[in-house]
Amino acid sequence: MSRTTRAGIACAFLIAATALAAPIIAPHDPGRQFPDLGYAPPMRPHIFDDDRRAHPPFIYPLKLVDRLEHRFVEDRTTRVPLEWFSAGTLVTTNESRGPWLVLGADPLGRDIFARVVLGARLSLGVSVSAAVLAILLGAILGALAGYCGATVDILLMRAADFVLVLPIIYVVIVLRATMPLVLDTWTVFWTMTVILGLAGWPYPARGVRAVVAAERRKEYAEAARALGAGPLRILLRHLLPAAQGFLAVQVTLLVPAFILAEATLSFVGFGFAEPTPSWGVMLHEAGQAGALSDAPWLLAPAAAIVLTVLSLHLISSGLADPYAADNM
Amino acid sequence: MHSGVRRYLLRRAGFAVLLVFAVSSASLLLARLAPPGDAFGTDPAVLAAERHRFGIDRPLGEQYLDWLSRILRFDFGESMRFRRPVAALIRERAGNTAMLGVTALALATVVGLPLGVFTGSRSRHPLATVARIGSIAVLSMPSLVTSLVLLLLAARTGWFPAGGLPKIPADANVLESAALTARYLFLPALALALPMAAAIERLQSRAMREALNEPCILAATARGVPHHRVVWRHALRLSLKPVLAIYGIIIGSALSGSFVVEIVMSWNGLGDLMYQGLQSRDLYLVAGCATAGSVGLALGILASDVALTAIDPRTEESV
Repeated sequence: MSRTTRAGIACAFLIAATALAAPIIAPHDPGRQFPDLGYAPPMRPHIFDDDRRAHPPFIYPLKLVDRLEHRFVEDRTTRVPLEWFSAGTLVTTNESRGPWLVLGADPLGRDIFARVVLGARLSLGVSVSAAVLAILLGAILGALAGYCGATVDILLMRAADFVLVLPIIYVVIVLRATMPLVLDTWTVFWTMTVILGLAGWPYPARGVRAVVAAERRKEYAEAARALGAGPLRILLRHLLPAAQGFLAVQVTLLVPAFILAEATLSFVGFGFAEPTPSWGVMLHEAGQAGALSDAPWLLAPAAAIVLTVLSLHLISSGLADPYAADNM
Repeated sequence: MHSGVRRYLLRRAGFAVLLVFAVSSASLLLARLAPPGDAFGTDPAVLAAERHRFGIDRPLGEQYLDWLSRILRFDFGESMRFRRPVAALIRERAGNTAMLGVTALALATVVGLPLGVFTGSRSRHPLATVARIGSIAVLSMPSLVTSLVLLLLAARTGWFPAGGLPKIPADANVLESAALTARYLFLPALALALPMAAAIERLQSRAMREALNEPCILAATARGVPHHRVVWRHALRLSLKPVLAIYGIIIGSALSGSFVVEIVMSWNGLGDLMYQGLQSRDLYLVAGCATAGSVGLALGILASDVALTAIDPRTEESV
């Protein structure tokens, strides 16, 4: 395994762990609005104070100096020490003295870091479950096409071709638009999972079909049939395991595609909705006129998306094409 | 033209027509299933009258057949939101989307293809490594992210207009208006083209590497054909097939991508129009936009099929 593949796996693992441990890592409630801290810039922790004396890590609270231009200065007179493992979170500060906004605040004064971390649960949750659904559907339909051949094969693969060339966002958005505009978060979650799964199945299906169609003529499959194994047993025990590697690559390709789909859907207002934190919802806020140039840190969820997708791409290019990855 | 080739192209054309038909019918049916919006206000009497005027109160099958018969005469019905014929709206907007899409596609091909040939044929060159890492990074940045970042850059630097369409003054000559359009077109086209260019580069690079391992390339080298000629003439032609074969999908992704880019960069195109239609549940507008989009897609797929057979007449439907 090449270095880049390993880096990708480590990075993806870290992101998944962050999403799982989100309630512990997020220092504040994602819906909590800090008054007078709208558009607050990211705050960096200090060790040395102005007299060059070392302290345990601390922050200087922010003070609003210009409400119209969203200008802030650090209040150098008070030090707010970071508190580790207090109040059920990894690291936080005494909120009454000044919250630590690692990645700054959004226009409503909410902690962007907390929202990105908690948003990872929704964004990654949707994309991973949609990928699982697409893989399941694709494996079943692809195996069916490859094993049965003839008419079933032709019909299924024509359908796959058809879904494949459709611009996925149009399909997903039109499908989503057939539902009521306002849905609760869990309904949106499962709706999006099903829609994305239905849009994504042809990719695994085509590969599985090719593998099954090739493998079913091999001696071991013939031997299994000669020993009296039924079609289902041959498929599940003998043929589908041959497609394992291919399906693993497909997961690392589908999850990024679905992360982007979630972001796009929520961005245009057909996915999760305010105030639920998901990466797409946060980008929607960042895209509002004027907000972006005042507060570039609103793009933090975009960075999270790029990092996640990049690490998955590194894994998939290592899995699918070891030669290319070795040369990187 | 060989009769097998003709049959293949005919079959692909049939697929394209089916695509347009299915997408347009499906979008009408789905939009009909959608809960009604508030385009007509809340007064029940007005609502009923308007629903009758647009034919939504009729049974679904009847409405569908009526819509189908009119669509054959290029009559897409009337938009409920804009109170204008959908066909006129689409004509206004389709040009913008086509301009954006074609520019992005050309940009992506011009950048991605030669880069892919280079990284595929000289994979140990340090620049090839840089290009490869670059395109994996760019592949991880969807058009949504790229356009937001470009928008931020435009707003901060002022080098390019931050979205919108150019307002061409009436007295501008051709050259001036072209320059102005290019200035406004650049950022949205770039946002759309970058991920496509990266995808093309990756694919072409792999195809090139495989092509260079073919025996015929070895034969050409053995005959003393210079290396650059082997790469750019012989291997290039062999390796174009995979890229051309996914042009249909690339065009599809251009349509998907332009939807987002148009909304972020306020580029008044088809995607933006469809978005407005979806927001106000404007039945005929959504169906019309989807139809127009699928026509573009079908034409693009057909073009890529024709190019494929031109490159390699053996092409079967296996690709």
